[in-house]
Amino acid sequence: MLLKALILFAHPRLERSKIHAGLLRYLPNHPNIYLHDLYEEYPDFNIDIKREQALAEAHDIIVWQHPMYWYSVPPLLKQWLDMTLEPGWAYGPEGRALAGKKLLHVVSTGGSAEAYAKGGRNRFTIREFLAPLEQTAHLCGMDYLPPYIIFGSHHLDEESLHSYGSNLAWLLNLLISGAADREGMKRFEYMNDWITQKKV
Amino acid sequence: MNGSFLLEAIIYLSAGVVFVSLAKKLGLSSVLGYVIGGMMIGPYVLGWIGTEGEDIMHFAEFGVVMMLFLIGLEIEPEQFWKMRKSIVGLGGMQYSLTTLLFMLPGIFIMGWSWQMSLAVSLALSMSSTAIVLQTLKEKGLSQTTAGQASFSVLLFQDIMVIPILALLPLLVSQGEIHLEREHPQAIIKDLPGWLQTLLVLGAVGLVFISGRFLVVPGLRIISKTRIRELFTASALLLVVAVAYLMEMVGLSPALGAFLAGVVLATSEFRHELESDLQPFKGLLLGLFFIGVGASINFRLIGREPLTIAGVVAAIVFVKACVLFAAGRLFRLKSDQNLSFTFNLSQVGEFAFVILAFSLQLNLVERTWNDILMAATAITMTLTPVWIAINEKYIDPYFGTKETVESYTPDTIHEKHPVIIAGFGHFGSTIGRFLRANGVEATILDFDSDRVDLLRKMGFKVYYGDATRLDLLEAAGAAHAKILIAAIDSPDANAILIHNARKHFPHLHIMARARNRFDAYDFLDEGVTHIYRETLYTSVHLAADALRHLGFRAYTVKRMAQNFIKYDEEALMKLKSERNNMQQYIFSAKKQIEMQEKLLHEDLLQHLTSSDHCWDSGFVREKTKQL
Repeated sequence: MLLKALILFAHPRLERSKIHAGLLRYLPNHPNIYLHDLYEEYPDFNIDIKREQALAEAHDIIVWQHPMYWYSVPPLLKQWLDMTLEPGWAYGPEGRALAGKKLLHVVSTGGSAEAYAKGGRNRFTIREFLAPLEQTAHLCGMDYLPPYIIFGSHHLDEESLHSYGSNLAWLLNLLISGAADREGMKRFEYMNDWITQKKV
Repeated sequence: MNGSFLLEAIIYLSAGVVFVSLAKKLGLSSVLGYVIGGMMIGPYVLGWIGTEGEDIMHFAEFGVVMMLFLIGLEIEPEQFWKMRKSIVGLGGMQYSLTTLLFMLPGIFIMGWSWQMSLAVSLALSMSSTAIVLQTLKEKGLSQTTAGQASFSVLLFQDIMVIPILALLPLLVSQGEIHLEREHPQAIIKDLPGWLQTLLVLGAVGLVFISGRFLVVPGLRIISKTRIRELFTASALLLVVAVAYLMEMVGLSPALGAFLAGVVLATSEFRHELESDLQPFKGLLLGLFFIGVGASINFRLIGREPLTIAGVVAAIVFVKACVLFAAGRLFRLKSDQNLSFTFNLSQVGEFAFVILAFSLQLNLVERTWNDILMAATAITMTLTPVWIAINEKYIDPYFGTKETVESYTPDTIHEKHPVIIAGFGHFGSTIGRFLRANGVEATILDFDSDRVDLLRKMGFKVYYGDATRLDLLEAAGAAHAKILIAAIDSPDANAILIHNARKHFPHLHIMARARNRFDAYDFLDEGVTHIYRETLYTSVHLAADALRHLGFRAYTVKRMAQNFIKYDEEALMKLKSERNNMQQYIFSAKKQIEMQEKLLHEDLLQHLTSSDHCWDSGFVREKTKQL
């Protein structure tokens, strides 16, 4: 039986985006993969909590996909977290609604992989920057997979975009099939490296 | 038209105009102004009017009836029921005790017959409803404890007038006295007792039932004609009819009017009735006070100044003692009790009626009758004086102050911070949203069908033309925080805003404007919060249209918000340039061009855009050199 994936997509200005508009073109057209375009759904930031919770409950894999802004998520995704992840639903003694679900974090960054390192311009690694989100998922009992990072988005050529897009599509298909090698993934900081190793 | 009538009218009106404005200038109550005006034009000073002062008072007593109707309008039935203890207890105690204390010296010191003593005492125990309530209202003290207690006592006295007038003839042993009373009471006087009782009860019941089921629907029909004077005429007719009915069955017209007022207090026409009758009441009461002044017999006072001074002092002293003791017993705080005592220690207008009737019955000697009449008028004249003295010199020494802030404005008991004028589709949406957030508003609307419907849905809507200053006042404009001007007609809205800005400058006005041009008119009035019907909805629709064409929702949202912001800024910018019409057209065009440019640029990546938010192209370009 196939699993179901919910992509919580947050981009405030998709019409000006190269990377995410490009990635979405590669998104498998599969009934079990649901793209939830948050900025299109909630332009006035008035999140429908009940609806979002029902959606999340109905899916086994949750994807947070967004560009990284100032080392964090776009404001509407933060709003989504703040509104939707209610105590007693997402966390707390009775809050087990998300427990056991897999969480895949898909993030694009302007800087290169080298910039995100101890000696680099950004001084910290991506994983370090994403720690609050990883912990959010952890607190809700979700299984935070190694994040899939699109590096150097400002200077990405069509070829790299194609490889990012098709790899993400391959990963999503693998995840909904339920055949993903969770233990193997665990050994990698980033999903990118697991995919490379897997494909080689 | 009769020339002498016009002349008389000129005399009375100018006495009022001159002396009341003088009194107000000097910081005295209007009552005193009228009374002094009456003295001046009266037979003993200028002699412009003769001895008809008392007749005038009799005519003008109708002002008291109206006043009680208006007071009734302000008291909802439950509230009236809550007052019953204080009316019967406090009122009954004051009246019986004062009468007793006047009677004893009458019999034992003055050597009067007990009948005369009783008649005189009953007359002197009355206080003046007209003076006291008018003064309280003017000072805004109607809702204080002292104000409420005073009202209870006055209401009880008012109720007592009728049984007293019925009882006085029984004091006369010989039955041959011929009475001439102009009251139409005679109609039921000859009927058997049980039938009389039945008729009295029936009349009261009629007031209650017809108030609910006849008057209110009738007023609805009349209000639909939208002829204002017709409504005023109906209001007058209502009060006069009630007064007549009450007189017919031998009840006090004032009491009947009060009951009618209470019945109509919960109807949507409350404020409209109030504002229609207010000027009549005011003028009639003024006339009444002029009559009081004119009827003071200065010749008699000149002849026996000591007797009269002594009588006045004794009467006021006894009344004040009883009032103070009664106030104590009913646990009024000391400053409230002082105010209560000083308010009521005069002899009232009903004393004239009772004394005159007693004279007819030969119950009271003529000389004493004249002296007591003069004394009564003097106490009424002096009331505003000693109330002022109490406020300035005595009251400040008593610590516990009942704050004036705690009283509700005289016309409205629901103290809503928001007034919505106009409750059509626009206003009612505002009202619903406010209510959904627990904010109740006082609502004024001029469409009686709608008012009826909304009241059924539980809104507190009042029928009336909000452009009328008096209605605005009745709706509590003096105490509200926000006035929402949401009338359909831009012209009516403009008048409302003009009035409100002028007379209630503290109000925060939020105005509905049909379009840009209405908005300019309101800006000229100094209104800063203007909501154009044609702006927000149009932009909202346009934004949805763009979405339908495939634009991103959030982008459209931001652009719509920016558009509204630009448009409002443009409105303010153009305000100053508006006088020069030529220039206005020019810069309006310029403003629109600017908006178009801004919006256009927002979408075109290749041009220098004003909005670079989350624009990856812009970021890429700016970070290239890194």
